[in-house]
Amino acid sequence: MNKSVYASPDQVSETKRHILTVLVDNEPGVLARVIGMFSGRGYNIDSLNVAEVSNDENISRITIVTHGTSEVVSQIEKQLLRIVPVHSVTNLDQEGNSVEAEVALVYIYISDTNKKKVYQLCDLYRARKIENENNTTIFEIAGASERVNRFIKEINEITKVEIVRSGPVAISSIKKK
Amino acid sequence: MNNEITGAEIVLKSLAEQGVEVVFGYPGGAVLPIYDTLFKQNSIKHVLVRQEGGAIHAAEGYARSTGKTGVVLVTSGPGATNVVTGLTDAMMDSVPIVCITGQVPQHLIGSDAFQECDTTGITRPCTKHNYLVKDVNKLSSVFHEAFTIAQNGRPGPVLIDIPKDVQFASGTYEEKNKIIIPSHRLFEPSPDFEKNKIEEAVALISQAKKPIFYIGGGCINSGPKASKLVREFINMVGSPVTMTLMGLGVVGSSDKNSLGMLGMHGMYEANMAMHECDVMINIGARFDDRVTGRLDAFSPNSKKIHIDIDESNINKTINVDVPIIGDVKQVVEKMISIWKDKKYKIDTVSLKLWWDKINKWKEIDCLNYNNEGKQIKPQYAVQRLYELTKNTKTFITTEVGQHQMWAAQFYKFEEPNRWLTSGGLGTMGYGFPAAIGAQVGHPDALVVDIAGDASILMNIQEMSTAVQYRLPVKIFILNNEYMGMVRQWQELLHGGRYSESYTDSLPDFVKLAESYKAVGLRAKTTDELDDVITQMIETKNTVIADIWVTKEENCFPMIQSGSAHNEMMLSKDQKQDKKSAEKGKILV
Repeated sequence: MNKSVYASPDQVSETKRHILTVLVDNEPGVLARVIGMFSGRGYNIDSLNVAEVSNDENISRITIVTHGTSEVVSQIEKQLLRIVPVHSVTNLDQEGNSVEAEVALVYIYISDTNKKKVYQLCDLYRARKIENENNTTIFEIAGASERVNRFIKEINEITKVEIVRSGPVAISSIKKK
Repeated sequence: MNNEITGAEIVLKSLAEQGVEVVFGYPGGAVLPIYDTLFKQNSIKHVLVRQEGGAIHAAEGYARSTGKTGVVLVTSGPGATNVVTGLTDAMMDSVPIVCITGQVPQHLIGSDAFQECDTTGITRPCTKHNYLVKDVNKLSSVFHEAFTIAQNGRPGPVLIDIPKDVQFASGTYEEKNKIIIPSHRLFEPSPDFEKNKIEEAVALISQAKKPIFYIGGGCINSGPKASKLVREFINMVGSPVTMTLMGLGVVGSSDKNSLGMLGMHGMYEANMAMHECDVMINIGARFDDRVTGRLDAFSPNSKKIHIDIDESNINKTINVDVPIIGDVKQVVEKMISIWKDKKYKIDTVSLKLWWDKINKWKEIDCLNYNNEGKQIKPQYAVQRLYELTKNTKTFITTEVGQHQMWAAQFYKFEEPNRWLTSGGLGTMGYGFPAAIGAQVGHPDALVVDIAGDASILMNIQEMSTAVQYRLPVKIFILNNEYMGMVRQWQELLHGGRYSESYTDSLPDFVKLAESYKAVGLRAKTTDELDDVITQMIETKNTVIADIWVTKEENCFPMIQSGSAHNEMMLSKDQKQDKKSAEKGKILV
């Protein structure tokens, strides 16, 4: 549960995946401050996504997927809030309170024998073919991470692929007034 | 155009507006424009150290003894990397510091230029915040924000890295009151913050049968008024109180409620009371591992109240029942008014039984040591120093090790801000430059660095600084020719194999002092001790007093690593049980 040099008391809760949304001032070094806190204090980052979300206020939204007990994640949240340019930290892990999605681009090694199967599978997953000047087969798939995982698993069984994934982004689904 | 001044002038103007009186620094290529501007003015004094590491510890000593922000000015590259230890020290012990570093001009950044380093990258984890200022017009606002951040909430070090071209460039100066700092960058509690929690805490205290206050450095950082309020509240409750290494002086040593320091080398009665209490009131302390001992046996039957300005300290290592996020002075003020309004009174019968129990623990006399013979015991040396300086306004600094613990145990502090020691980071070499900083802030006070023979050599070059500025700092070396604490751990945990902990070829400290045109004194036996101390105090010059103490004395009592508060070792003969000794060996 804790980070003392002494052995910790019995662990009180189980390790779970958590998605944290961190709003930060978009200033130099801010990402390094956030990820440096994770590595410096021995926490894990499973995936990370950063983008500016407002044009006027210079605020970036960092989405971090991490895992840990609720005590560890609560400590992560508090450590993040100590960072001067951090506006807010939201834990979106509570089920049903948020929606998440990610994007994967998949370069598919295609041949006459597997072509039909590949297109069928892509159709099934509503993966979209991206046209490009070299006319290679690159598909884009967006959605929940598990769906992307399943797609990648199945396409891998058919042929060789190269994959890039954005990692999940998530937003609270609670009704705002 | 006519309002424009250079970046270097903006730096000095910002410092002046922030009320800075003194800067500790060392010049170099990338800060020459700032030093040139410094040369042309008289309002800010500069103290030239002999190594940048000395500058930042001096700034820490200045800050902690005066309550003001310490300011450091060093050059790029090695200048910046030499302050990293001090920045980390200030971060751990929450000391407000603004550190200005020069940087190579912007067009050279990234080219591995001479004396270039990624200063903001290196110092990011050891500062509260840092800046690389690329636009001269932002320089003044960065300075004003930096000073605010250094002091706001939990204080800490802030670093400003300024490329040389920005120091030369012309820009406009903005005054402090024109700068608006967005609230998310600061700690700003609302006026009725934590109201319910504070009421709950006070009610809990009123029902306590075996309360104890556990006081930390946060009370000192909250200002002298906080210490007054804490004393007042403890008196109203009638509860015993113990202090951490950083909290010594918040409650006077002679106060009837004080049990002294707790923790690894704390008082037996303080640790036992922590173990057996039913309500613990932690004010401004952070359940450090030197204090708690083994976590699963830490104060097992108590309800815990934790007042801290830094939310990340709540439930970090110890889960508490009533957390209160806020400034000590404001929280305790509210606690006092609630206690009075509700006419709370603690059950006097239970409280008397509690004190009876504590007084029994006191009878153990845990600081007792064998003081026979002509050889000076280190404990005795500190006791005599205390007796001969207690009626003078005295600041005590220390290095790190056995002498530090003996100083904490045997020197009695009656007021806050008089005791400066490196607690969190444990930096050997802290005490002497910190004493220089304290003396700069208090020219007429007596400032004594209680040192060890190993630690003092880590920043001995600052002798030159002390003598140059006629700072009559006293270095009181408990000389046992060992790294005493390392030797003690090797004796207790590593079969007495004293690997590299004996210091051969130590300098002759008397001649060393004389070579710097300071005064060197030596005491070899108990008969000489008082004379040497008196002479040291009366000398209006920097003094090294080389006190030859017994070589193999251990610092007791001690909670060995891996043990709990109720498993204190009172002497060498009392061995820790083998299983926990093995477990404890891997810990620090």
